[in-house]
Amino acid sequence: MPASHAVDDAVEISGLVKAYDGRRVVDGLDLRAARGRVTAVLGPNGAGKTTTVECCEGLRSPDGGTVRVLGLDPLTQAHDLRPRVGVMLQDGGLPTGVRALDMLEHVARMYARPREVDELVERLGLGSFARTTVRRLSGGQRQRLALAAAVVGRPELVFLDEPSAGMDPQSRRAVWDLVRELRDEGVAVVLTTHLMDEAEDLADHVAVVDRGRVIAEGSVRDLVADAEDRTLRLEVAGELDVDGLARALGPELQVRAAGAGSCTVVGTVGPTTVAAVTAWLAEHDTLAIRLTVGRRTLEDVFLDLTGRELR
Amino acid sequence: MTSTPADPHAGAAPAWRRVLAQTDFEARAILRNGEQLLVTIVVPVFALIGLTKVTALDVDTGGLSRIDFFTPGILALAVMTASFTSQAIASSFDRRNGVLRLLSTTPLGRGGLLAGKVVGVLVVEVVQVVVIGAVAALLGWRPDPAGIALAVVAVLLGTAAFTSLALLVAGTLRAEAVLAVANLALLVLAVAGGVVVPASRLPGAMEHLALLLPSGALGEAMRDAFQHGTLPAWSVVVLLGWTAALGWGASRLFRWH
Repeated sequence: MPASHAVDDAVEISGLVKAYDGRRVVDGLDLRAARGRVTAVLGPNGAGKTTTVECCEGLRSPDGGTVRVLGLDPLTQAHDLRPRVGVMLQDGGLPTGVRALDMLEHVARMYARPREVDELVERLGLGSFARTTVRRLSGGQRQRLALAAAVVGRPELVFLDEPSAGMDPQSRRAVWDLVRELRDEGVAVVLTTHLMDEAEDLADHVAVVDRGRVIAEGSVRDLVADAEDRTLRLEVAGELDVDGLARALGPELQVRAAGAGSCTVVGTVGPTTVAAVTAWLAEHDTLAIRLTVGRRTLEDVFLDLTGRELR
Repeated sequence: MTSTPADPHAGAAPAWRRVLAQTDFEARAILRNGEQLLVTIVVPVFALIGLTKVTALDVDTGGLSRIDFFTPGILALAVMTASFTSQAIASSFDRRNGVLRLLSTTPLGRGGLLAGKVVGVLVVEVVQVVVIGAVAALLGWRPDPAGIALAVVAVLLGTAAFTSLALLVAGTLRAEAVLAVANLALLVLAVAGGVVVPASRLPGAMEHLALLLPSGALGEAMRDAFQHGTLPAWSVVVLLGWTAALGWGASRLFRWH
């Protein structure tokens, strides 16, 4: 069960508003993040995710609403918060002319009892580029270094802004393992992402953000579990007459084209739906090369909520 | 569900240690960077040697040896390269890359970051004075011993004014623009701002203008200190005025993003 009551909340945001040049990027956003849990802020680009976490990190001052981090105000009580909160910025925040290990050791020096740098280097596989300057690191290497810098101070709360952007699968696994371990130690982890699998695999609580507001939240299971939570996916050899199939299935079910020769059917998909689809295929002499029925994925939910058009 | 209390966090290192770490980090970054080393050490040293040794360049030194005449101005120029040019460029790129924001979220904070930068500039200046002073001494420089303490005061005042200018520029312009502006401003101030060439040798109204600029005020202060063992009150007033104005501007206009 999501623990959403005051004492456990590491982050409490209510009615947050932030505008740039009169345009509201965050527009009445409410969010809570509990200790010992991973909270994913999921949303398309420009939804206001980064601005929201920057308001929590004391990097931006809100235009409205309240933000409490570990019970404190991130602007006026920054001094007390800084030793307790770890931050991984989206653009890394790493100086380009410095060697990777020197940067990590430098951040560690800001704390009285930091984590063992060697252990972090080992955990995140930083050893192979420890002596390389940041300028020459790949995107994934920079991300791992920035994550190491965010956790070296044994934070009670970490903000990770798109932590696995640009990472190869091995790096991602190392990062996800570390995030889970932090969570198990009781650390509150807040991460922003637009990667469905990241939210699906890692998050205990997902807040879907769009146009500066939280439009849905809950565990991944809560979000995908819905009365109409089944999806039928169909792929055929050759062309598929999506409109024809839609007419045959009736108005109860939504049929959406999903690329050439395939579609998804969303709604109360039942045994008769499958029979109706295969009957229609036989009638039109069309061979199904793939037909699956499953739960909706987080991606389906996300696209339903935030729309399918490109922005 | 009840929460498991998190491990006690690492706590902040003492403030002096954070600032010291940042000072070390800043000074190393400058002294390890080829271009920064060129502008802060190599250029002033070559300017000193050139001005002293190229006698085809005829100057009225007012009875002083050429090295005694030029060294104070070269030291003033060096202070400007470290506190203005180099700091503006480094801070603007750190700002663009998010380094300033990241470090401000660590226990260092914004205040510690600023303190580390200022002390880092002073460390670079110590290196400059040692190198340039040693070269000048080899070339026969004999400064007025009474003026050394006054020159230190002049360096501190100049550093305050030019670091404020550096942060104003770095916090408001794009990194590429800062690169151009910082180098161009250094060149213009060095030639026409009364740094290396005394303001009294500049033509017409330029003389009065130069004395109002922080560059001219620093140049005059260094020359008076090393050549006559005095510190001109006017220079002190001008440098304090610029520090107040530029510092106020930087604190109001600096953008972290």
